[in-house]
Amino acid sequence: MENSGILMTKKLRVALIGNPNSGKSTIFNALTGGNAHVGNWPGVTVEKKEGRFKYKDFDVIVTDLPGTYSLTSYSIDERIARDFIVKELPDVVVCITDATNLARNLYLLILLRELGVNTILNLNMSDMIEGKIEINIEKMEELLGIPVVMTSGIKNIGIKDLKEAIISVKNIKPEPLKINYGTDIEETIKHIEQQLGKLSSPYNKRFIILSILQEDPQIINEVKNEGFEKVIESAQIKASQLEKEFGFDLETEIIEKRYGFIQSILKQCTKRLISVEEKLTISDKIDKIVTNKYLGILIFALFMWITFQLTFKIGGIFADYIDQFFTWLGEIVRSIKISHIFSSLIVDGVIGGIGSVFVFLPNILVLFLFLSFLEDVGYMARAAFVMDKIMHAIGLPGRSFISMILGFGCNVPAIMSARTIPEEKDRLLTILINPFMSCTARLPVYIMFTSVFFVKNQGLILLSLYALGIIVAILSAKLFRVTIPSLKGKISPLVMELPPYRLPTIKGILIHTWERSREFLKKAGTIIFLGVIVVWLLSFFPQSYEYGSEGTLIGRLGHILSPLLKPAGFGFWQAGVALIFGIIAKEIVVGTFGTLFGGEENLPNIIPRLFTPLSAFSFMVMSLLYIPCIATIGVIYRETGSIKWTLFSLTYSIIVGYLTAILFYQIGLLFI
Amino acid sequence: MMSLIFGREGEEFEVKAIEGGRSVILRLQEMGIYPGVKLRIISSSNGPIIIALGNTRIALGRGIASKIVVKEMN
Repeated sequence: MENSGILMTKKLRVALIGNPNSGKSTIFNALTGGNAHVGNWPGVTVEKKEGRFKYKDFDVIVTDLPGTYSLTSYSIDERIARDFIVKELPDVVVCITDATNLARNLYLLILLRELGVNTILNLNMSDMIEGKIEINIEKMEELLGIPVVMTSGIKNIGIKDLKEAIISVKNIKPEPLKINYGTDIEETIKHIEQQLGKLSSPYNKRFIILSILQEDPQIINEVKNEGFEKVIESAQIKASQLEKEFGFDLETEIIEKRYGFIQSILKQCTKRLISVEEKLTISDKIDKIVTNKYLGILIFALFMWITFQLTFKIGGIFADYIDQFFTWLGEIVRSIKISHIFSSLIVDGVIGGIGSVFVFLPNILVLFLFLSFLEDVGYMARAAFVMDKIMHAIGLPGRSFISMILGFGCNVPAIMSARTIPEEKDRLLTILINPFMSCTARLPVYIMFTSVFFVKNQGLILLSLYALGIIVAILSAKLFRVTIPSLKGKISPLVMELPPYRLPTIKGILIHTWERSREFLKKAGTIIFLGVIVVWLLSFFPQSYEYGSEGTLIGRLGHILSPLLKPAGFGFWQAGVALIFGIIAKEIVVGTFGTLFGGEENLPNIIPRLFTPLSAFSFMVMSLLYIPCIATIGVIYRETGSIKWTLFSLTYSIIVGYLTAILFYQIGLLFI
Repeated sequence: MMSLIFGREGEEFEVKAIEGGRSVILRLQEMGIYPGVKLRIISSSNGPIIIALGNTRIALGRGIASKIVVKEMN
């Protein structure tokens, strides 16, 4: 037990930065023990992870910055990382690198050193270089002027040394690194430096000038706003002069000089122990099959099929138990002598509403388990690669395909999986079209109606509904790309690293699985809870009427909606009520009809009296498209971080669902 | 000198230039693809290409791969 009073613990703020695939999350988990608070960076769909650990008498808060290759202002990930470092001023920045790929990984470190940030270089994946590359750590520390710590995140080696380095470096303020960019550029830098007076920018002057020369829009803007427009102009003129005279692009030149610096360091500090015979590795051999034009798609389909089958078989077993549990719970509460209102609130409202959503949890857990495995093993990058060309035709990157496939299971984890998509526009687009992928919760509605009206063609009708969902998703994607300004533009070209295949650790998979599932519970859970209470209120009052019947508020709401629903073929209040309940969770639609018609057993008799085959179909179309369930709405809000986009998604899907249902019904009437 | 997309599997090349706008150049440079770097084609078909950069494997869409100007290495 610690004997430290409050005065003894010192606080430290650390940021983790590094290339994607450098093992950053493994290091984060190793440092913080997997106790991460996961959220979004404000206003964007990028994930923000924070954790903490205690070491000696320090209380350390660790922020995981998005994986980036550089610190320009081109991508949102880079802007977030850069802004955090420069504005939040963490005490220490740990630059995590893949020791097997230092030439590229060190680029980010060089930028951090030019910024003058208090940095530690972490050479991760040390287990992979054993016997292959020898690194002289002391020499590297000398040349770079900062501590260098070697770790293997996946084998939990070196973590203590990393913690030690973090607490010992916090008071050192290293000199910013100055790379010699060649006489011409250096002269230009000096010239601009003299013209720039005092800047309130948090960046150091040299970095600012270099950024100006590289035409970084964010920094140029900041400098202009401080009244140095003329300086910017003259800098830009000087830059184009240089480019014309010497025939090189300034930006390329600057980057090349940085890489040259890295090469010289590597030459002095590293040594290859085995001759680099670029043989095909096992990973490459696997890739030859897995990324093959035809086989690749088959293999992907196979993996997805297996994943789904297992998810819904295993998940389904547990789902039944959970369903029974909640029913049992409801009966217990009903038998307790408490006021009628309270009893109904808990049983009909809370337990009924939340229970039907918690039934999702086993499915989500199992699905995420398999996806985390596929991701950790390295396969997901190949899947995105294989699907890229097809998705391109739709206007989306390859990674979106995985998200869309997941939507057939449940839109909640599907939308969450969009996090791995690099570009913000593509991410948003993927999230917005996902609700049109027909999730399993809609299946009970289809089954109920097809078993009454379309017994002979059940499979065909089901297929047509799924197909309709896909078509609407694709068309919406194209529409949004073309019309919405913030989504306009070309699809980002495929430039993606394929990490080597590795055997993931069980611990790692479990941590990833839990991280994703926990989010579903936390955030979606709060919105579901609120929604459930609201619907309960509408169904319970006025008390003189039976729960959810015609006279209650919700029944009256159903009545108000019915004239609107008439053109779609189901203009009666029960349909309105069922659709409103369906907002909580789509399978509740069936249960609602059951309640309203005195029991699910009566449905086969009553349904044919209110619906026709055509109106049944248009009702199913409505159920498919009309509005995401409340859990999905919650997740859309959570992943986009924006009320605007969430409202847009709601409005758009209601309109699309409504109009499409009417379309089918009215056109159908012409033929029948 | 030729565009990367005309290379065949197993061949090694040296990158000579990137023919594209700033964002293309930047993206490639961030991944470690810039003039002077040596790479090898792992897989190339009608669609995206996979190249090897030392120990790293990078998948490139055909469009962006076509902008990489390379010279064959013997």
